[in-house]
Amino acid sequence: MWVHGYKRLNRHMWLHRIIRHMLIVSATVLFGGFLGATLVRVAPGFGVDEQQLDTRLSNESVQAIRHSRDSERDIFGFYTQYLGGLFRGNLGFSHSLGRPVTQLLAERVPVTFYSVIKGLVGGWLVGLVLALSAAMLRSKTYDFACTLASGFFLCLPSAVLAILFLLIQGPVPLGIGLTVFPKIFRYARNLLVQAYALPHVLTAQSKGLSGGRILFWHVLPLATPQLVALAGASVTVALGAAIPIEVVCDSPGIGQLAWLAALGRDLPVLVVLTILVTVITVLANATADLAISALRHRPS
Amino acid sequence: MKPRRQFAVGILILVFLASLMANQLAPVSYSHQFRESANAPPSHEFPLGTDDLGRDRLSRLLYGSRISLLLAPVAALIATALAALVGGTAGYLGGWWERVGMGFSDLFMSLPWLFLLLTFRAMLPLNVSPLASVIITFTLLGLLGWAAAARVVCAGARALRNSEFVLQARTHGCGDFRLLIWHVLPPLKPVLYAQFWISIPVFILSEANLGVLGLGVAEPLPSWGNLLRDLENYRAALTSPWLLAPLFLLVLVVACFQTVLPEEDLP
Repeated sequence: MWVHGYKRLNRHMWLHRIIRHMLIVSATVLFGGFLGATLVRVAPGFGVDEQQLDTRLSNESVQAIRHSRDSERDIFGFYTQYLGGLFRGNLGFSHSLGRPVTQLLAERVPVTFYSVIKGLVGGWLVGLVLALSAAMLRSKTYDFACTLASGFFLCLPSAVLAILFLLIQGPVPLGIGLTVFPKIFRYARNLLVQAYALPHVLTAQSKGLSGGRILFWHVLPLATPQLVALAGASVTVALGAAIPIEVVCDSPGIGQLAWLAALGRDLPVLVVLTILVTVITVLANATADLAISALRHRPS
Repeated sequence: MKPRRQFAVGILILVFLASLMANQLAPVSYSHQFRESANAPPSHEFPLGTDDLGRDRLSRLLYGSRISLLLAPVAALIATALAALVGGTAGYLGGWWERVGMGFSDLFMSLPWLFLLLTFRAMLPLNVSPLASVIITFTLLGLLGWAAAARVVCAGARALRNSEFVLQARTHGCGDFRLLIWHVLPPLKPVLYAQFWISIPVFILSEANLGVLGLGVAEPLPSWGNLLRDLENYRAALTSPWLLAPLFLLVLVVACFQTVLPEEDLP
């Protein structure tokens, strides 16, 4: 009976957490999209189309171009119309690319998705392996070499990194991975070095426990919740890096689409992309948060 | 101070001084064109050569350093002030204020600010003046980069909320606003200082990314971002290593900023 009560309480707690995260996701999406649309709306130059400067066009044609964007001028109208369309699966029409946004996303989201996933996996692997070896070996020279390498990539703008990749014909995911890895390395290294300096770990070492046992039983359980939180945050870093890298490397993903839409002053595409990336970011952070809760509440 | 940090501070002072004295150090104006010497290699007259419009690269690098190095701290100041305001108020008042303030900062942290920046920067009128583009770019960086710092400030203010000196000041009739400004925020100066220092290289790199994408500081004003655009012709950069000078300076300055900040203050 006591076990039943505990299980019910646990289930209730998880349900509460999941509902809370879903509410946060919905609120963030609504507010994020609205903020994105408002920023675009209030920015100077909104509604200006380069086509209007074409001297070959008649007055009527210029007026027609202006009127074609009338529905976007009222921000509340635009956003309500947009939300209505969203529920019907209509994400709007791209003025600059002349195609439905849904079609553009269907083509480009998988490209960025695979690049970001591969980049994240690669970045995490390199970052964690280097951090673990730096914390376990305790060699000043090795630590300095790793810090220097990560520091170099940390100081490079991702767009320049992409240009270097063009030079060696490197793949896009590697560029994203090299943007993510220094942040993972720096954070994980500090975390692991601190964990290895804890009294109970030092005692375990002095009692002659093997390196693997110390790592898996005493160090990683302490560091895992923070590393999981970092995993959520690294998704944002990877998506941010995808824009300049995709643009420079001419990879047809959503980063390049955002850039093309920005150059073409394409409001529907930009708002959809802002919302999409916000959803991915919030979901990644919510998943990390739930995973941390699961780790903290797991039976010992 | 460790010798490594002293060295980094020395380099930063040197680069800052060189950029401040660009008027005196630069051989010519950043926009002056030597049309007969376009794409010239380094020479006695042009120590870093000229670009495809015949403008002296060294002069553009010096003036560009001034823009990036003076305006990135201004953007960091805006972000830190906003973080102090939102985080300090939320942490000090607690309750709903804290929930709303931190919810707002969470929201800002989840927004893809490079996407927003890209959007807003591209929405500027086609005839926007270069100076306006510089001010708008860096102001936007400052307005969008406060959220992470606000969480740290909020945690600090929350810890001070019920401290003895704050309670004592409150019993003496000190108002909330006065308490926040005179008693809660001053002990948080080290946190704010660290956040300010962390933000500068982040904003320098963001401007560089925007510049390479052609959405940063508008021509003919130089900045590290738009000077890096020359690297897009990477084959030319291989045969003309002097094109790498802006990249070298950018990496050096960002590395120095990261070295100056103590390891424990890094995010």
